[in-house]
Amino acid sequence: MVENRPWLTVLSHAVVLIGLVIIAFPVWMTFVASTHDQQTMLRSPIPLLPGPHMVDNYVQILTEGYGGRFGSSKHTLELGWGPAKISITMSTIAMTMINSMIMALGITIGKIAISIIAAFAIVYFRFPFRMWFFWAIFITLMLPVEVRIVPTYGVVASLGMLDSYSGLIIPLIASATATFLFRQFFMSVPDELTEAARVDGAGPMRFFWDILLPMSRTTIAALFVIQFIYGWNQYLWPLLITTKESFYTVVMAVSRQANVVDSVPSWNLLMTMAMLAMLPPVLVVVFMQRQFVRGLVETEK
Amino acid sequence: MAGVSFKDVRKTYDNKIEVIHGVDMTIADGEFIVIVGPSGCGKSTLLRMVAGLERITGGEISIGERVVNELEPKDRDIAMVFQNYALYPHMTVYENMAYGLKIAKVPKAEIDQRVRDAAKTLELGQLLERRPRQLSGGQRQRVAMGRAIVRKPAVFLFDEPLSNLDAKLRVQMRLEIKRLQRELGVTSIYVTHDQVEAMTLADRLIVMNAGIADQIGTPMDVYDRPASVFVAGFIGSPAMNFLAGRVAEGGRAIELAGQGGARATLALARATTAAAGAAVAVGLRPEHLAPADGGPLELTVELAEPLGADSLLHGRFGESRETVTVRLPGHVRANPGETRRFTVDPGHVHLFDSQTGKRLADA
Amino acid sequence: MEKRVAFNERWLPYLLVSPQILITLVFFFWPSGQAIWQSVLLEDAFGGNSRFVFLDNFTHLLSDKDYYASARLTLVFSALVASVGLGVSLLLAVMADRIIRGATAYKAFLVWPYAVAPAVAGVLWGFLFNPSVGIVAWSLAAIGIEFNYVINGNQALALVVIAAVWNQVSYNFLFFLAGLQAIPKSLIEAAAIDGAGPGRRFWDIVFPLLSPTGFFLLVVNIIYAFFGTFGVVDSLTKGGPAKATEILVFKVYNDGFRGQDLGGSAAQSVILMIVVIALTVVQFRFIERRVHY
Repeated sequence: MVENRPWLTVLSHAVVLIGLVIIAFPVWMTFVASTHDQQTMLRSPIPLLPGPHMVDNYVQILTEGYGGRFGSSKHTLELGWGPAKISITMSTIAMTMINSMIMALGITIGKIAISIIAAFAIVYFRFPFRMWFFWAIFITLMLPVEVRIVPTYGVVASLGMLDSYSGLIIPLIASATATFLFRQFFMSVPDELTEAARVDGAGPMRFFWDILLPMSRTTIAALFVIQFIYGWNQYLWPLLITTKESFYTVVMAVSRQANVVDSVPSWNLLMTMAMLAMLPPVLVVVFMQRQFVRGLVETEK
Repeated sequence: MAGVSFKDVRKTYDNKIEVIHGVDMTIADGEFIVIVGPSGCGKSTLLRMVAGLERITGGEISIGERVVNELEPKDRDIAMVFQNYALYPHMTVYENMAYGLKIAKVPKAEIDQRVRDAAKTLELGQLLERRPRQLSGGQRQRVAMGRAIVRKPAVFLFDEPLSNLDAKLRVQMRLEIKRLQRELGVTSIYVTHDQVEAMTLADRLIVMNAGIADQIGTPMDVYDRPASVFVAGFIGSPAMNFLAGRVAEGGRAIELAGQGGARATLALARATTAAAGAAVAVGLRPEHLAPADGGPLELTVELAEPLGADSLLHGRFGESRETVTVRLPGHVRANPGETRRFTVDPGHVHLFDSQTGKRLADA
Repeated sequence: MEKRVAFNERWLPYLLVSPQILITLVFFFWPSGQAIWQSVLLEDAFGGNSRFVFLDNFTHLLSDKDYYASARLTLVFSALVASVGLGVSLLLAVMADRIIRGATAYKAFLVWPYAVAPAVAGVLWGFLFNPSVGIVAWSLAAIGIEFNYVINGNQALALVVIAAVWNQVSYNFLFFLAGLQAIPKSLIEAAAIDGAGPGRRFWDIVFPLLSPTGFFLLVVNIIYAFFGTFGVVDSLTKGGPAKATEILVFKVYNDGFRGQDLGGSAAQSVILMIVVIALTVVQFRFIERRVHY
């Protein structure tokens, strides 16, 4: 800053620190709750510092489940084929984490894949109806899935995609944001690079694979972070189209469990679930912060 | 190796605007041709039509014996050096140079040989594993040239390759390009807006103006006998001075307008074909004006600029409205308002039709 | 803006856009069209018969007290979310921008709430304010404030606002901070030489230059409050108590899936579509203007 005013600097630190504490507090309490046993959590006031039962809680949630509604059923995941087949038995919660991961990755990869090729076509080719396609994609920016939820459900139901991964993923991968981000990036790629590639003898797909795709790495990384969070945090959509527990996502499971009135609520286990539901996207943001910030700023430009 | 020929080459964009109005010329094998002109004159478009990056909408371009109008760039046997180098940012120097050969499915060993040879010629040996971002402007320029050389094309195309470099490097790279072209003997077409580059590099120049090749000739030809007011003003620095005048009786002298009572008359080396009394534009190069007591031209000095080796005097001749520039060797002091008299060798008087701007023929 | 070069291929571009176009057609245009179509039909609850009722669903909706209540609530809710959210994050951003050393560390600690799902955010805040075990509710009770969002509608709304703001604050913070850092330091220095103190500089220089960012965030936050907060509401209050937190997007879902009133829900969808299109248009007009500015 321009002049040296110590008290202003102190004030700034103080305000930001208080903001930080308030913002972190709910997550801290969630973490604390996930480290105590049920009895401690029923005492009032509940403790503010972690207890000794962290490992017990996480192990129970991942192997046994919550108890009650999500307790008894176990899920078996089969991997591989023929003699190499292995099956893993796990709790419903662990299963929902896997579902969330499949959904988040499916949405992320699907979105990036279909958007990058659509943007490539729109930027690098001239063809009849090009602008029609452009506007058809553009208009999807305007209507979030929440707005047209009932008829979209109807369409997915009539296509027989309820209770399936394709139903969880495919309807959410059509979005203009990624297409626009790639389009913007492609527009910034110098024309001369394309011309150099043409002189070098590269056809369109060769140019795409050898030049454009490697150059798009940072854009892809930024989108990956944003879309992973978007996919993982989906709530309304999986809530609608899944009826079988084996397709629930972890976010859904947490919310459902929180709203089930048990005779003796196991807050410690519920908060353990909440921690698990937060962990992957938070880790992605923390470890890919630069890409996250970039993605956030650029997708909204 | 091959020559290039243009037959009434035209370019019309989708909006029906014609930007190249019919260019005809034949480039000999191994010749270094520079297309020069101000921005927007169509010089880059013409080059890109040779490269196959712009459609040829009229006429024919042939490379060697082949008409290339409908051929893809890669099939035209050309290589191109771009203004911003257009190096692939994610590939190393080696990969950049090898890319075209890789696509053409040249055997690996041969690619390696050619890339290393080119790197040696261009002194890029140490840099093969670097990426473009880690190179200086001059090095990037060399890599761009290397990429062109490894393809062993029939024609090199250069699109303002030096305009992104600083002045010193530009001179150095200019020499290098010239040397390389001599060594390899490859037909080259080079586009620039810089007349110094044009003069120094070219075997022959094409001076373009508004989609027309105003003059095609050797640099000295273009300098000594510019075909139009435009060419005369564009080639040469500082630019040629123009004065209004009339052809005197007999066509062997020019009377300059606006020179006060003492009407200045310039003698001509050869009689002009223009009729007596015809209005003409008289072109005099700053370096051809010589101080002479009692000379026909009286300069009222407005500003003197010492450049070191020589000096420029800016001012007006008599009462004429046009400002003129005179170039004198050494350090010349002159105060504003001072007057000096100049003369000019009759062989260095250029005459242009004041209507069409075309050079007037000698009788 | 167009590329100078284009590849000449006849079928390839169609092949390349087809996945995106196909998915858009099936999961976007078809349902959107259906929403519009259904909004003019009256369907009985068993999905058997439907008849064309023209704008009846809309007139019915617009004469429905519940709908008005929900619309009014949504306006209040989004005004609260936007104003509290922008205020808090602007304060944090301005303070963080002042801090030279450690600013990136603070930033790292402030960005992650964005990664928490709205539905999970609802659960977290519900836990803090839970009438029986919530630590905040307990503390409030200790100083004599009875807080029970399960019964008290205003408290429920306040809690939903807090959770929604918490979820969005990092987003606003990042944009404000980027906006602040984009203001040339020389402007601030010039103002300081002109004799303006820190507060003066903020109001006269920083604030006006930050207003484009602020306006952009305002629109984004309103859209977020309208549509992005479904998860918060569903896991915290389910629209209750007594519809005190039933915002429009929740009502669409409630009427369509719980109430099986497809026509009414579709009519609500259509109205929401119009709202979101209007907001988006405002946003784009504004971005256009900013480009020229």
